[in-house]
Parts: sequence; structure tokens; C-alpha cells
Amino acid sequence: MTSDTPAPITQLEHPPVTEPEARTSRGPRRSAGTHPIVWMPALVVAVAMLLPAVYLVVASSELPGERILDIITDPSTARLTGRTLLLAGSVTLASLVLGLPIAWVTVRSDLPARRFFAIATALPLVIPTYVGAYALVAAFARGGLVESWFGVVGPSPYGFWGAFVALTLFTFPYVLITVQASLRGLDPTLEEASRSLGHGPVRTFFRVTLPQLRASAAAGGLLVTLYVLSDFGAVSILRYSTFTRALYLQYRSAFDRAPAALLGLLLVGLTIVIIVLEARTARDRGGQFGARGPTRPAPVVPLRAWRWPAAAFCGLVVLVGLVTPVTVIVYWLVRGLAAGETANLALGAAGRSLLAAGLGAVVGVMCALPIAIWSARSGSRIARFIERASFTGYALPGIVVALALVFFGIRVATPLYQTLAMLVFAYVVLFLPQAIGAIRTSLLQVNPNVESAARILGSSRLETLRRITLPLARRGALAGGALVFLTALKELPATLLLAPTGYDTLATRVWSATAEAFFTRAALPALLLILLGSVPLAVAMIRERRELL
Amino acid sequence: MRAATRQIPRLLAVLAGLALIAAACNGDPEEAVGPDEPVGGEVVPEDAVPDEGPGVPPEAGPALEDLEGELTIYSGRSEELVGEVFAQFEAATDVELQIRYGDTAELAATILEEGDRSPADLFFAQDAGALGALEIQDRLALLPDDLRDLVDPVFRSPAGAWNGITGRVRVLAHNTDTVPAEDVPDSVFELTEGEWEGRVGWAPTNGSFQAFVTAMRLVEGEDATEQWLEAMLQNGAVPFENNTSLVEGVSRGEVDLALTNHYYVFRFLAEDPGFNVANHYLPGDVGGLVNVAGIGMLATSDAPEAAFELIRYLLGEEVQTFFGQVTDAPEFPLRPGVDAPQLPELADLDPPEVDLSRLEDLQGTLELLQDVGALR
Repeated sequence: MTSDTPAPITQLEHPPVTEPEARTSRGPRRSAGTHPIVWMPALVVAVAMLLPAVYLVVASSELPGERILDIITDPSTARLTGRTLLLAGSVTLASLVLGLPIAWVTVRSDLPARRFFAIATALPLVIPTYVGAYALVAAFARGGLVESWFGVVGPSPYGFWGAFVALTLFTFPYVLITVQASLRGLDPTLEEASRSLGHGPVRTFFRVTLPQLRASAAAGGLLVTLYVLSDFGAVSILRYSTFTRALYLQYRSAFDRAPAALLGLLLVGLTIVIIVLEARTARDRGGQFGARGPTRPAPVVPLRAWRWPAAAFCGLVVLVGLVTPVTVIVYWLVRGLAAGETANLALGAAGRSLLAAGLGAVVGVMCALPIAIWSARSGSRIARFIERASFTGYALPGIVVALALVFFGIRVATPLYQTLAMLVFAYVVLFLPQAIGAIRTSLLQVNPNVESAARILGSSRLETLRRITLPLARRGALAGGALVFLTALKELPATLLLAPTGYDTLATRVWSATAEAFFTRAALPALLLILLGSVPLAVAMIRERRELL
Repeated sequence: MRAATRQIPRLLAVLAGLALIAAACNGDPEEAVGPDEPVGGEVVPEDAVPDEGPGVPPEAGPALEDLEGELTIYSGRSEELVGEVFAQFEAATDVELQIRYGDTAELAATILEEGDRSPADLFFAQDAGALGALEIQDRLALLPDDLRDLVDPVFRSPAGAWNGITGRVRVLAHNTDTVPAEDVPDSVFELTEGEWEGRVGWAPTNGSFQAFVTAMRLVEGEDATEQWLEAMLQNGAVPFENNTSLVEGVSRGEVDLALTNHYYVFRFLAEDPGFNVANHYLPGDVGGLVNVAGIGMLATSDAPEAAFELIRYLLGEEVQTFFGQVTDAPEFPLRPGVDAPQLPELADLDPPEVDLSRLEDLQGTLELLQDVGALR
């Protein structure tokens, strides 16, 4: 009994929870229970999500068969695959190792400045990797700012370890945020039961709390893995060759899209493998613990002797992931102004960034809602497939998605080509999984009995959707919207190619200034970009906490 | 729960409201490239504009004033470098410019994907290879002879599909604290010697570097180039992502020498007058290749007249003087007779003569760099 405690607890909770649901909607009847207003838009969105893959097939079909075979069998392709998987795997692992404990101490413990750290540790996410990696080099490379200010020579920021550290720091908040949300939504009675059965806090965490976080940790981890596949900024500046870097190189050096498209297709294949593996290992059983939502606030766990070391650890993450890049940017600004360079506030660009990313977030959430509801509230395989398919755009390098939309946009949607609508569409294709994941996770935390009850009490499917499901999805929608917003704010290749001509944003300003070494001019837009991305994220996190605790 | 129901639309309304406010604040997006936009205005130091007096060069004056219409330009040259020039063209004419700034190679790929429907009239590229890629796919129109002949044949497409506008020369940038000017080698072939082991930086993924390797293959032959690359790698050449990070690396002392373009040092000096990196020119060496930034007109352009005049304007004395003297990143004016006082004479540099737009050689260079392991 003592060695197998969680199982009996689960079983205790299980039957009353799942049975009514099973009766109403298990098996084929599940999708029959989904209102067309949910699945029809979901199908439309799904078609849009597959455009990049279709484009890659069209573009790489220009290659003669033997050339395709050459590229696939080339030893360098295998090497790239290995390097890419090594980086993605280790960054994901490190993100879990970093994200899970930080999420726990910032939600459940008496960590000093807990509320501050809950948000500050998530903020490295708003720093674009092309700025963050650059700043890390400026700070930590031989002769960099750290050496010249403090006389300390750190480890080299280049190569695998540099890319590993940078990508971990700038993406682990995906795990942190989803796990924090999940922790707040947990029903503390399970943990209390474990404690009352004689388990200590550590054992309770590993045997009761952690298993309940599995789905959200896996969702956050998947966002990290696939982000690493698509990243160009960090791997190029820190010199670590991955698929995405090779693909950019092919475009940039030889102006030949066909071999690049083939590399893109291989990347799609890699993505599919990762998604299938993730689905196998972390098959989520959202309802298995009898999600009831937080019936009351979980008790605060005292850290005792670990209080200050834990705070120091969180502080270190904030220092390296947030304070260091910001300091380097401020240094650029001060140094340049002292030399008589001019800086500009770029308010116009900030407005354009806000508009495009804000629309991207709103449309993204609207597209994500039907898919997330369908997938969370029915066992439909189609729904799961669509949800998975939406990862294609997210895992592909921005340039591939941008060129795919150039290709289709100018042929199929000519009047919309290079308009704001086109750009917003590109943001949705690129970042939709973030919104779907957040909404779906928030729905999975709510027992479907709530909806069943509404139906039994005579509410129609549509009314249940409007009065029960949508309001329940609200928390996830806010978080997902904030994520889409801040990633759209940082986005570069699609913004450069698909925005209305002359529509410069903060990200394009930063890029064009740093590319030509106009650091002073890059500084203010970069700081503004970080600030603008932080606000919605912080607001979403604060509201979520208020509602739940 | 009912309260929450009401809040979803409210939430969306707030977000949409924010978007609208942003739209209102931001006004007309086109202002970004307009002549009154403060950012562009800052490109030129305050004393530069008044010096030009009434501005328009006499040779092109009357023609420019009569020009009207709209031109769409895809510019791989950054707004920081050329925005002011375009703004002045708009001020001098009735032509409205729609300018899309981006990465040269990505814009070239975009034009190729757009096919015949491309909205672009002109493509202003950071390097000749991108223009060559469009030329070989028949996406560029031939320029009129009088326009083509404004530039020395070395610095334009032999067929006349594009013209160079400014030149940039490959140099050895050196850290002035660790390597005095007289110790800097005069040829890239000396960099493989033991003295420079682990002290040389390069940017193998960069277009200018690859153009230099292409030139070396054409001038010195495949075998010599491959041997040189291998010897460099054995000697511990340090790769950087681009020229900016490379020159910063020299400044920090990560490496002592860098194979790069001449104008980055000037940019850093403007940001930091005490900058400790200087250029060393390589006259007569293949390492001293001159690259060009150039412009071509798309074959599908519906405003060829205005497009040609813009190219002529870019090669006019006023703009060429701006590129050579006024900006803090001076380049070589390609119009004969215009000087760049901070730079050596182009003729004295004796650069290797190669056709930089040869596409088959770009793929060959990429493969060579991959084969020797320079891109890992």
C-alpha cells in the first residue's frame, strides 16, 4: 500500500469522474457530440496550417531524383540531423530541469519575492534569440564586457554549449509558464491525502504532484523542442550548425531554393517523428486525476534552509537571461550617445509592431479555440491530428513559412499579398500551436462533468459551448494570446517579406541596425520590444494568479 | 461563471481596441519612408544637407522634376545606409517610392517565388551574386546603353542587366593593440603561416567572404583555393556569423586579424571613437577583391522610365558623393571622378577582375566550403 499510494488515490477519484462522460461521449459518439461550429472552422484552419509543407513539396520537386538521393544520403545530412536532435533534446531536458522546480517554488513555496520571481523568471522569453545571443557574446566572449568590467573570464559562449545555454535560457519559460498554470489549477486534496497517508513533502511531490504535471510539462517541452528546430538567431551567432542554419545557408549562398526546400522537408519529417514520440511518451490523461480545479488554495510549503538558495538560483536565471541582455543593450545606447550618435524612440515602429502582433494574437486565439476545444473535449483523432499538424509552421524556420506564403499569397490571394492581413495570417501559421496548447491545457484541467451537467440540465450544445466551455477556456486564451503576441513581436523573416511595403516594426528596426553595426540606433527599439512583449505576458500571469488563488 | 462569460468578448474587445489605438498612433505606415521621417533625417550629419544647397544636380534637374508615378523597390541595403538617398529622390521628383527592406538573399528568393507577378520594379542588392541569380533566371531587364556605361564594365553585369552603385573592398582588419600596422601581412596567403595560428577570424557563411573565395577559385584555380582553405582551417581560423560580430571579435581580442569588408571599421569608429581596429588594404592580392552593391530593374516593371531615372540618380554626383564622403560608412563611389577622401584610390588597389555574378560558381563555392569543413 505505502509503495503504491498514488494508484489507489487515482482509483478513488476515478470512477465518479469518468463514467458520466463515458456514457455521453466516448467512442464514435464523441465527435458526433462536437458542434459543427467547432469542427468546421478547425478544418479550415488545418488546411492553412499545411500550406508550408505543400510549398516545400512543390519547390523540392524541381530537383532531379538523383540529386534528392544525393542530398538525403550525404553524410553531412546525417550529421546535421544528429546535431539538431542533440541540441533540441538537451535544451528540452534542461528546460524541464529548470522549469519544473522554478514553477513549483514560485507557485507553491514561501520563496522570498515569490510573486516577482514568478514573472521575472518567465521574461527571458521576450528576448529575441538574435538579440539575446548577440548580447551574450558581447558580455561573455573573450575580451567582452564581463571580462573588461569584472576581470573574470567566463567559459566561451560559442559552439554547442553556447547555443545550449542561450536557447535554454530564452525558451525554458515555455515549460515554466505551462507548468505554473497547471500547478495553480491542481486540486490540493490529492496532495493532502498523500501527506495524511504518511508521505513527506518530497515524496508527495514526486509521486503525486509531478505525475499530474506530466501533460503540461510535455506540452511546454514540445514547444521548446520545436522552437529549437526552427531557431536561426542563436545557432548562427553562436556557431552551431543545425538543419535550420544549413537551410538558410543554402538560400543565402547559392540562391537556390530547391535544395533548401528539400532540407525543409527533412525538417518536417523530423518534426513528425518528434511529435509522434511526444504523443507516445507523454500521452496525456487530462481527466485521469479527476480534475476538479483548485477547490481552495494549496498550502504554502516552507522551504526552510532552502529559501535563500532557491531565491539565489531564480535570481541567477533572471540575471543571465534578462538582466545581461538588457545591460548590454543599455551599454550600446550609452556608449553611442557619448560618441555623438543619435538614437530614436521609434514610436511609429512600436505602433506598427503592436498592431501586427496584437492582431496576430487575437486572430491566433480565435483560430486556436475551435481546435483546442475539439481536441480537449472529444477523443476525435481528426482533432488530435489537426492539433499536431499545426506544429508544422511552428517547427519550420521563419524564412520557409514566409516564402511559402509568398508563393501561395501572390498566386491565390493576390489582393491580399503584402497587406497586414497577409502578415497576420503568417503569424497565425507560425505561432498557432502556442495558443492551442495553452487553451487545451486549461480545458483539460476542468472536469468535463461540468459540461455534461449542463447538457443533462437541458442546455443545448451551442449554449453549453457559449456558457460553459468558452468561459472555461478564457484563462488559456489569455495566456496563449500573450505567447502569440510576444513571439509575433520578435518575428523577423515573415515580417520583412510579407508586411505591407514600408511597414517597419521594432524587430525589423533592430535587425537592420545591428546588421550594419548601428548599435546605438538598435538599442531603443530593442528595449521597447522587450518591454512591449513583457507587459501582456506579465498581465496574463497576474490575472491567472488572481483568478485562481 | 456568468461573469467570465461576459469577459471573453470584453477581452477580445480590449485587444482589438489596443490594436486600433496602435493603428491610430502609427498613422500612415508610408511615413516611414517619407522625406519628413525623423529617422531617415538622422542618417546625414546635420551639416551635410545644407552643404548641398538647392540639392538637385544640374545634369538631371529638369528630367527629375517631371518624373511621376510609383516605384516599388526591394532593398537588400539597409534603411540606415540608403533611406536618406531614397527620401531625397522622392523630394526631387513626384515619384512615390515603396521600399521593402530585407536581407538581400531573402529578397532575391522572394522575387523568384513571386515570378511574373512580382510587385517590385527595382532590386537594390548588397552583393552581385543575388543580382546574378535574378539575371540568370531572366528576371532583370537590360539597362539602356547610356545608363549602363556610367559604370566601369568591371563593376556591372557584362550583359547590362544591372549596375554597381558603390564598391566595398576586402581588407585585413587588425587589432591595433596587438598587431601594429607594419606587421599585418600583405597577402591572404601569408595567413596560413604558424605566426597567425588561431589569430585570424573569418565569416565563412557571409556573402562577401564567399564572393572572395569565388574570386580566388577563378584567379588562383580550384586546387590552390582548396589548399588555402584547408591550410587556414588547420591554422585554426575562427569562424564568426557575420562581419559585424567578426570586427567586434577583433576588437575584443578574440582574434587579431579578420578577413572582412572595409566599411565596418568606420561604422564602429562612429559608435566608439576609441575603437581599436584598423583596416589594412591588400593591393594586388586576391584577398583585396572589390565587391559591389548594385541595382537592377525587373523585367516585369511597369514603370521603366522612372526606374531608369532612379538608377541614374543613384549614380549622379550628389548621391555618389554622399556614399563616398557624407555617411560614416564610406564606400567607393563607382561613378568616375567622385572621390572618397577617407579611402585609398580604387585604381591603386589593383583588385582582381572577376565576374562576381557567376551563379554556377556560387554553388561551387558553397560546396567547396562545405567539403573542406569550413561551414561546420
